[in-house]
Amino acid sequence: MTGAGKPVPEPTPETQPFWDGCAAGELRLQRCTDCATPYFYPRPVCPACGSVNVEWFPASGRATLYSYVINHRPAPGFEDDAPYAIAVVQLAEGPRMMTSLVGVPNTPEDLVLDMSLQVTFEQRGDVYLPVFAPAPDGGGS
Amino acid sequence: MSGAPGVIIAGAAETDQVGRLPGHSTLALHMEAAVNAVRDAGLSLRDVDGIATVSVPGPVQVAHALGIVPRWIDGTGVGGTSFLLHVRHAAAAIRAGYARTVLVTHGESGRSRVGAAPFRVAPSSPGGQFEAPYGTFGPTTTFTITALRYMKDFGLTHEQLAYVAVAQRRWAAKNPRAAYRDPITVEDVLASRLIAFPFHLLECCLVTDGGGALVITSADRAGEFPKPAVHVLGTGESSETPMISQMQDFTASQAFRLAGQDAFAEAGIGPADVGHLMIYDAFAHVPIYGLEALGFVGRGEAGAFIAEGHTEPGGRLPLNTNGGGLSYTHTGMYGMFAITEAIRQVRGEAAAQVGSADISVVLGNGGTFSTAGVLVLGRHPR
Repeated sequence: MTGAGKPVPEPTPETQPFWDGCAAGELRLQRCTDCATPYFYPRPVCPACGSVNVEWFPASGRATLYSYVINHRPAPGFEDDAPYAIAVVQLAEGPRMMTSLVGVPNTPEDLVLDMSLQVTFEQRGDVYLPVFAPAPDGGGS
Repeated sequence: MSGAPGVIIAGAAETDQVGRLPGHSTLALHMEAAVNAVRDAGLSLRDVDGIATVSVPGPVQVAHALGIVPRWIDGTGVGGTSFLLHVRHAAAAIRAGYARTVLVTHGESGRSRVGAAPFRVAPSSPGGQFEAPYGTFGPTTTFTITALRYMKDFGLTHEQLAYVAVAQRRWAAKNPRAAYRDPITVEDVLASRLIAFPFHLLECCLVTDGGGALVITSADRAGEFPKPAVHVLGTGESSETPMISQMQDFTASQAFRLAGQDAFAEAGIGPADVGHLMIYDAFAHVPIYGLEALGFVGRGEAGAFIAEGHTEPGGRLPLNTNGGGLSYTHTGMYGMFAITEAIRQVRGEAAAQVGSADISVVLGNGGTFSTAGVLVLGRHPR
């Protein structure tokens, strides 16, 4: 499933390493080499200290469910999915990101805040999107 | 800032009608509101030497359409709170002598979309790369996403969230211009269709057409106008994030808090001095975040505060007395309507007039907790 009709991200030079990572099955984040703060979304300046000395690193892909909605008015391309969850997850490394939840019914009963999740990747056009599924081990770290 | 020359709002008006206005373009709504506000101030458009409005259609277009030749221009376009920021920026410009009479305009064909800019998120923008691919579809899917975290952390119930809409409908019932005036119950709200769980239709704002405008000048002219002057006692502004997923704490708005702190400090007031309050209410949870960010209640207390009746007619803190975006009108950038209602209350000419509106506070939101503006308005100078 390549998600025909759904929006496809268009990488920019500063985000290309992130999308290259997703295509290789790896969730890549950035961190500051001066203050060590990890951050997302990709950008060339550390949001914590203003340093331009930043590097990419592979994240664990572990996360917990921070918050979500279950959308009943589908965006163009999502008509067959509704109602579907739009989630924000807390990555184990600290940053948060928006995502979809797969491998679990998108219902209030099944989506419990703080449940443990693990990244997986879905093809969308030319890129692979990071999405999250319940952690196979139920969330032990 | 004691010692700084005072600034007043001398004229304020909305379009003749708000609601569904397919006969008006976005630009025509700006123009009708501008003409009405200048007339309300007893002035002519030729008296205006400063112009402020959002980026579309923009201050150049609005000024030219009205025959205004500005010596001061502000095109701040940061969402629905932009007009509060325009008031703040105009106050600074008037104090600096950059302009004498500033016109702030809003017009938006939010429902009919006549002459309106298309909605579009560029797929190369941060939002286009990191939010839109997950099926976001406007504010109903993004502004709302903080609520479940707030509900878990503070125990806010679905019934308390629904009650925000119930309380505001009680104000709307007193306002002949409000879109929805029939009383509703918590059960009605929870029985309305789900838009984006946990939000039902009646917990989401209207989408309407309309406009409003303000005329701002220096307080030394306060006696020259037909209506009572409304003094701009304090102002604040801030921004947090362009993407809701990057909001630091889903249970509290940093931008609301910072803008409020600056506005209250400049005015030299605290929450206990405020007799009337407007908080931008695109969705039912936003007044909850606003009440806490401005310090009217403690963290996690606002849902119960509203459910106990304190903000509805007869309560001690009248809130969103026009019915708000949930029941009165919401063109998309609602902030202007929060300001015009506060002005009506301070003047004593509101449809649901409260007796305690010597000092009114307006909290505006832009985007999805992205930006904030706060105005402290008063019947008397400091």
